[in-house]
Amino acid sequence: MQNPAIEYDYTVAKWFSYLAILFGIVGMGVGVWIAFELAFPELNYVLGEYTLFSRLRPVHTNVVAYGFTLSGIWATWYYVGQRVLKVSLAESKFLQTIAKLHFWLYFIGALLAVGSLLIRYTTSKEYAQFEWPFDIVVVIIWVLWGISIFGLIGIRREKTLYISMWYYIATFLGVAMLYLFNNMEVPTYLITGMGDPLHSVSMYAGTNDAMVQWWFGHNAVAFVFTVPIIAMIYYYLPKESGQPVYSYKLSLLSFWGLMFVYLWAGGHHLIYSTVPDWMQTMGSVFSVILILPSWGSALNMLLTMKGEWGQLKENPLIKFMVLASTFYMLSTLEGPIQSIKSVNALAHFTDWIPGHVHDGTLGWVGFMIIAAIMHMAPRFYKREIYSKKLLEMQFWLQTTGIVLYFSSMWIAGITQGMMWRAVDQYGNLAYSFIDTVTVLHPYYTLRGIGGLFYFIGLFMWAYNFYKTMTAAKQIEKEPQFASPMAA
Amino acid sequence: MDAKTLQGVMYIIFIIFLTFILYGYIVHLYRSEKKGKRNYEKYGKMALDDELTSPPVEPIEEEKSKESK
Repeated sequence: MQNPAIEYDYTVAKWFSYLAILFGIVGMGVGVWIAFELAFPELNYVLGEYTLFSRLRPVHTNVVAYGFTLSGIWATWYYVGQRVLKVSLAESKFLQTIAKLHFWLYFIGALLAVGSLLIRYTTSKEYAQFEWPFDIVVVIIWVLWGISIFGLIGIRREKTLYISMWYYIATFLGVAMLYLFNNMEVPTYLITGMGDPLHSVSMYAGTNDAMVQWWFGHNAVAFVFTVPIIAMIYYYLPKESGQPVYSYKLSLLSFWGLMFVYLWAGGHHLIYSTVPDWMQTMGSVFSVILILPSWGSALNMLLTMKGEWGQLKENPLIKFMVLASTFYMLSTLEGPIQSIKSVNALAHFTDWIPGHVHDGTLGWVGFMIIAAIMHMAPRFYKREIYSKKLLEMQFWLQTTGIVLYFSSMWIAGITQGMMWRAVDQYGNLAYSFIDTVTVLHPYYTLRGIGGLFYFIGLFMWAYNFYKTMTAAKQIEKEPQFASPMAA
Repeated sequence: MDAKTLQGVMYIIFIIFLTFILYGYIVHLYRSEKKGKRNYEKYGKMALDDELTSPPVEPIEEEKSKESK
C-alpha cells in the first residue's frame, strides 16, 4: 500500500488533451476546407496563395498526424503510464519538470513548424515536410518523451509492463529510428554559404530517396496511427467495460507479429516505380501478412466485450471504441488488398487511397482518441460527463460522416482508375483527364459533406469536454469502470 | 546452383525459420503457463485495478527482496 496522500498527477495529461481538441479542430477544419476546394476550385483563391490546396494540404496532414494524434497519444501516455506502472508523476520532481518541458517545447515547436509550412518552407517529402531546424526540435521533444517513459519505468511499483506500455515504448523507438533516417538532410546554406538558411536537401537521391521516404512514410502510419492507438485501446476498453483483455497471450503474440511485419510493408507505396521488382513484391507480401497481427489485436478487443455486449447499447464510449476497433479491421484488410499488384494498378494515385487512409484515421485513430479523452475527463475533474445524449449524437453524426467519406472515395477512386485505363479498339485512351474530373464532382462534394459532419462532431466533443470540466455534476470519488454521465 | 535458385532456397529456409520462431513463441507462452511458471492472463488485471493504492499484480519490491536473499 502506498502513501494515500499521493495522487496521480494529471496536469500534463490535461494539457495534452486540450491540445488534442485544439489541433483536431484546426487540422480537420483545414481538411474540410481543402476537400471542398477539390469540389469547388474557386475556394483555392479566397486568401490568395495561403489557401491554395498545395499550401494547405501539408498543413492538414501535419496538424492532424503530428498535432491531434500526437497530443492524443501523449495525453493518454501521461495518464495510462502512471496508472499501469502504479506510480505518480508527483513522486518525482524531475520527471514532473521533464513532462512540463515536453509539453511546452512541443506546443511552441508545433506552432512554429505549422507556421513554416504556411510560408512555404518545406522539404517536399510527404509527411516529413518540416525543414531541418524543426527536425532538431522534434528530436529534442522525442528525447524528453523518452526520458519520461523510461524514467517512470525506473520508479515503478508494478514489476511487469502492461501490454499498453510495450506499445508506447515501440512508438517511441520506432518513430525515433524512422524520423532520424528519413530526415538526414544537408542544410544548403551551411555548406555553400548561399541561399535560404532554412533550406536543405535530402542526403539520399532518386530511387534511394523514394525507398527511405516510403519506409518512413508507411511506418509513420504504423508507429503514429496504429501502435500507440493499440496501446490506448488495450487500456481504455478493458477499463471502461470492466472486462480484462480477452487473451493477454494473444496481445503479446500480436505485438511481436506487428513489430516484425510492419517495417517491411512500405515498399507497396512504390509498386510499378523504379525500385527493384523483388522489393515491390516483398512490400505486397508483407502487407498481406500484416492482416494477421492487426486482426489479432482487433479481435482480441472485440472478444474482450464477450458476454458484455449490452454495454454497447448503454455506453457511448464503448460504442466509439468498438467501432474504432471495427474500422481498424476494415482498414487493415483494405490496405493489403490495395497493395496487391493487380489491384494497385487500378487503385494507385486514385481517390480510393485517401478513402482508405480516412476510414483508418477518422474511424480508428479519431474515435479512439475521442473516447480516451472523454474517459479521462471525469477522472481529471471529478465530475460526470456533461451529456450522454450529446456524446451519442456526436457518435452517430461522425459515423455517418465517415461512411459518406469512404463510400464516396471508393466509388470515385474505382471510377477514376477505370477511366484512366480505358482504351478504344485502337488502343487510344478513351477519356481525357478532365472527363474524370467532371464525373467525380458529385463524389468530391459528398466527401466534403462527410468531412463536415465529422468536423461538427468535434465541436460537440469540445463543448461536452468543456462543460464536463466546468459545469457537470461533481462526483465523490474516481469511477472504477464505466464513466458516469448525465443523460 | 545459380543465384536465382539460391535466392529461392534461402527464401524457403527463411520462411520455415520464421514460422518456427513464431510457433515457438506460442508454444513458449502456453508451456510456461502449463508448468505454472507464469500466469499471463493475470496481467490483464493491471488495467482494471490501477489505483495508486491498489496492490500491484507483481510488486517490484518482492523481486528485489528475493534477489537480496
